[in-house]
Amino acid sequence: MRNFEYHLASSFKDVTNGQIIAGGTNLLDLMKIQVMAPDALVDITRLDGLSDIQVEGKGLRIGALVTNTALANDARVKAGWPLLSRAILAGASAQIRNKATTGGNLLQRTRCPYFYDTSQSCNKRNPGDGCAAKGGAGRMLALFGTSEHCLAAHPSDMAVALTALEAEVEIYNAARETRRVRMQEFYQGPGSRPDVENVLGKDDLITAIVLPPPRSGERQIYRKVRDRASYAFALVSIAGSVAMRGETITDLRLAYGSVAPHPWTDRDVARILKNQKASNELFQRAADALVPETAPHPDTDYKRILLRRTFIATMRQLTGLSDPEGSDIARTN
Amino acid sequence: MKTTIIVNGRLHDIEHDARRTLLETLRDDLDLAGTKKGCDHGQCGACTVLLNGKRVNACLCLTAMHDGDQITTIEGIGSSERLSALQKAFIEKDGYQCGYCTPGQIMSAAAMLRELRNGAPSYVSEDLETSELSDSEMAERMSGNLCRCSAYPLIREAIAMAAEVEK
Repeated sequence: MRNFEYHLASSFKDVTNGQIIAGGTNLLDLMKIQVMAPDALVDITRLDGLSDIQVEGKGLRIGALVTNTALANDARVKAGWPLLSRAILAGASAQIRNKATTGGNLLQRTRCPYFYDTSQSCNKRNPGDGCAAKGGAGRMLALFGTSEHCLAAHPSDMAVALTALEAEVEIYNAARETRRVRMQEFYQGPGSRPDVENVLGKDDLITAIVLPPPRSGERQIYRKVRDRASYAFALVSIAGSVAMRGETITDLRLAYGSVAPHPWTDRDVARILKNQKASNELFQRAADALVPETAPHPDTDYKRILLRRTFIATMRQLTGLSDPEGSDIARTN
Repeated sequence: MKTTIIVNGRLHDIEHDARRTLLETLRDDLDLAGTKKGCDHGQCGACTVLLNGKRVNACLCLTAMHDGDQITTIEGIGSSERLSALQKAFIEKDGYQCGYCTPGQIMSAAAMLRELRNGAPSYVSEDLETSELSDSEMAERMSGNLCRCSAYPLIREAIAMAAEVEK
């Protein structure tokens, strides 16, 4: 690890003094291998007002420092937004979830092996350097939203759930203004600047995530496919919440994980499914619209097949076409 | 820089470099070598300790960020003369081969049993409100602790035995 100055933030204005650290579960990992080497760290863990989950209207305002564990275990979250609890519990290990925070989870970096290996070129780590993943090994890379400069996927489970739940990110800036950005607009695709991953400005601080009111009677799921049964990043994941009247899908929200540089959504798929009677034929047709014809890297070609199958299985489970078996599904109160 | 931490009930003033991790502080500054360094990246769980009662990877904690915090290590839950229920069960069930991951396994298991008693769900829990100590729950809840000797079945038997004793 390169040496750095350590600052303990005592007020919001201190956050401009360096790289913010909270849980540190990703940042310290990256600092140890010098993928990140900040001159100064600003520890925000003792700032007031960022560690609570508060009722706001009929929704919830989740402080940025709320740990993954506290959020997954919250009685209100389990009842109204069970998909979020499920997604968090599907990620990392108990030890990591006790330390990792809500705000930090949104900002975790990709697990692309070329980003982690400082002897390889990477435009995300070192803009203009090139992308060693092209022509390299890449079964964890993205299917959608890549650019010629970066093929990496976003690894979060929680952010996929928050995207499906249409959450907003509350951001505080140095001018003491607060703004809210929808999850779908929070991340930016790689384009020509893969090092810029979201809309945060240099002195911005995530202060909270805001969940809109829960929708009662919806069936929710977070389905994750990975190489081993636990403590592994997703190859493909799907967060979904569906409202049904009889056999008809009256409303739905879906987001897809580990297939793009950020949680992926697809309006065309939602349009195909909405107000239709659940059927295998319908789900096949929606999968045709969802899955791209080619993969951006030969090693992720399998993700086209995996995404299609996972999508169909998930929709069957959500709509009752198959038994809603397994521990990943829940119904909102 | 200087940080005060409370380890196994004793107050320690540590003089340290900003880069010092809690794992290095425990092992190198305080000579508490029970906590092990495995991967040093939060992947193996050998460094698991309790931070204010919750299990964390000590390798992913900066000492500077834990001023005033309470740490419990393997040295704090039992001694050679007075073994804890988990330590006795690991010996009884032979829940290890080389033993390197064992302190982390035991600290993790101690926290895990408390989480379960408090009603915390896991990824494999059928519903989010209640869960019991089944073999699959144990495997899921202990997945942050690797055992390269692969003594997993006996580790789970030891934890189940200790859980019975503590009932």
